[in-house]
Amino acid sequence: MRDALIALIALLLLGGTFFALVAAIGVVRMPDIYMRLSASSKASTLGASFILSAVALFFGTTAVTGKVLAIIAFTLLTAPVAAHMLGRAAYFCGEPLWAKSVRDELGGAGEWCKQHERPEELSSTVPDVNADDATKGDRSA
Amino acid sequence: MSLTAFVTWVILPLLGLGLLITFIRVVRGPSLPDRVVALDLMATFIIAISAVYSIASNEPSYLDAAVVLAMITFLGTVAFAYYLHRRSNA
Repeated sequence: MRDALIALIALLLLGGTFFALVAAIGVVRMPDIYMRLSASSKASTLGASFILSAVALFFGTTAVTGKVLAIIAFTLLTAPVAAHMLGRAAYFCGEPLWAKSVRDELGGAGEWCKQHERPEELSSTVPDVNADDATKGDRSA
Repeated sequence: MSLTAFVTWVILPLLGLGLLITFIRVVRGPSLPDRVVALDLMATFIIAISAVYSIASNEPSYLDAAVVLAMITFLGTVAFAYYLHRRSNA
């Protein structure tokens, strides 16, 4: 029983290290920022989850298991959000796709979004009305 | 080979190697988003290393650092993405 548990812990550690190393190699070797983002976010989430569950099995107490579950849940929730925000920001920065990319789903939409969706305009929809009122007031006065 | 020796001599060096490989991209990355991606991955590596080190030293309090780091990393990445978005629109 004890040996089986230790073997399972070692296997989980090896698997997690493998996935983390794959993420690192992907970040260095992929030709394009979007592929690097894909490799890093997916493989690193899996690697960290494996290693953390190995830690939970090793200690086996409620406190450690709770912390580990919190970290895994937090990583699973936030890694896709962070990767999406980074990819979006990189696309609007004009980061080039790989030269051999087959399809750009956004196409010219990136340019359109650049012109039409500015954070200043989004955040100032309500103040815009007030500004209009102010100008009207100026006109009436 | 005991589990502590296995962690100290196999897992920790491999994770450190991954950290170094990722650092290549931080140094070489042609643009700022590349570096942000690599820094995000380095933070994940540090979370894994501190978790593994808590096995190696039989001391579970190193996990607290991993909890805090997981949250800080998300905030930092979102802040960087927001900054890049604002900068590209300005």
